[in-house]
Amino acid sequence: MQAFYGYDDASGAYFITIDTEKCDGCGLCVTACRENVLEVAEDDYGKAVAKVKDDVVSRVGYVCPGFEQGCSKRETSCHSVCHRKAISHTW
Amino acid sequence: MYFMGIDIGSRGAKGVVVDDASKIVASFVGDTGPESVKTSEMVRDAMLKSSGLDVREVKYVVATGYGRVLVPFANANITEIGCHGKGANYFVPLARTILDMGGQDCKAININEKGQVTKFIMNDKCAGGTGRFLEMIASVLGLQLEDIGRVSLESTQKLPFNTICAVFAKTDAMSLLKKGTPKADILAGLHDAIAVRCLNLLKRVDIQKDFTITGGVAKNQGMVAKLKEKVGLDPILAPDPQIIGALGAALFARERALAPAKAG
Repeated sequence: MQAFYGYDDASGAYFITIDTEKCDGCGLCVTACRENVLEVAEDDYGKAVAKVKDDVVSRVGYVCPGFEQGCSKRETSCHSVCHRKAISHTW
Repeated sequence: MYFMGIDIGSRGAKGVVVDDASKIVASFVGDTGPESVKTSEMVRDAMLKSSGLDVREVKYVVATGYGRVLVPFANANITEIGCHGKGANYFVPLARTILDMGGQDCKAININEKGQVTKFIMNDKCAGGTGRFLEMIASVLGLQLEDIGRVSLESTQKLPFNTICAVFAKTDAMSLLKKGTPKADILAGLHDAIAVRCLNLLKRVDIQKDFTITGGVAKNQGMVAKLKEKVGLDPILAPDPQIIGALGAALFARERALAPAKAG
C-alpha cells in the first residue's frame, strides 16, 4: 500500500508517502527523525509498518522540515536510514 | 453467529450487522452525539432491537471512524480507510477507486480486487469540501441539507468561486444572496469548487475507470453530478453509500472472528 500522509493547501503539497510493501517496520526512521514525526504501528491487515503519527498528519508541513528543502542536508534522515527506500516526501 | 461494525464519524454514527454468510441483517444511521461512548451504545442497541438479536449472539465487534477508539465494547479498531475499501468491494466489486466524502474529511482510496487498500490519500486539514461545510452553506441559504444537491442542479449560470475556504465561501455566499443571486447558482458554484478539490485527490492516487463514491456526501445528487462532469467518469454507487465504512468494519469483524487464532 502506498500511504500518503498530509495535505495540500495554497502554499503547496505536503505529503509523506510510505510504501508499506517495501517497509519492514524496522523503526530506524522513527529514531532518525529529530522532529518525532513517525511511529511504527500495525496496519489494518496486521503488518507492522512505519506511519506518520495521527496528531501530526494535519500539520505535517509545519512539523516536518521536508526532504528536499530540509533533511537532505542533514547527515541522517528517515530517507538515509531506510534501506528499503520506502519513504518519500513531496517537498 | 453475527458480527458488528460500528462507524463513529465526525457527524454521523453508522452501524451494520452481518451473519456467517456476510449477509446484512441490520443497519443503522444516526447522528454522532457529543459523547462517542453513548453514541456507540445507541447504535449497537438500535441494531439489536431492529434485528431481534441478543448481544451474546454478536461474536466480534470492529469499530472504525473518527471516534473508533471510543467504542468500549469493540474487540478491535480498524481505520476507516481499510473499512471503506472492504465495504465498497462488497457492493461494487468492480470498483478500484473510492472517493469517501465524509463529514469532516475527504479521502481517495485505491483498492485491489479483494478490497485491500493499495493507495490512499486524505485531506483532513481543511473544512472546505466536507459534509460539515455543506451543512453550513445549507443553513446560510435557509435550506435543508438533503435538498441542496437537487437545488444546485437547477442552476442556469456559472458562478466561479475562487476559494472554497469554509470561512470565505460563507461570506461570499451571504453577499451573493444579498445581491439577489439565485440559491441554485450559488450552490452549483460551490459544488463545482468542491468537485475540483476532490479531483486533485483522485489524480494523486491515479484514479481508475471504475470508481465509487462513499460517505454521507455521496447522497447529494448535485455533488455526484458535478464529480461525474469533472472526473469524466460515471461513478458506480452503492445502495447506501453512508453505511459503507460500518459494513467494511462488520466484514472485518467476521473475518477476524472466523480466522484461526494467530500464533503469538
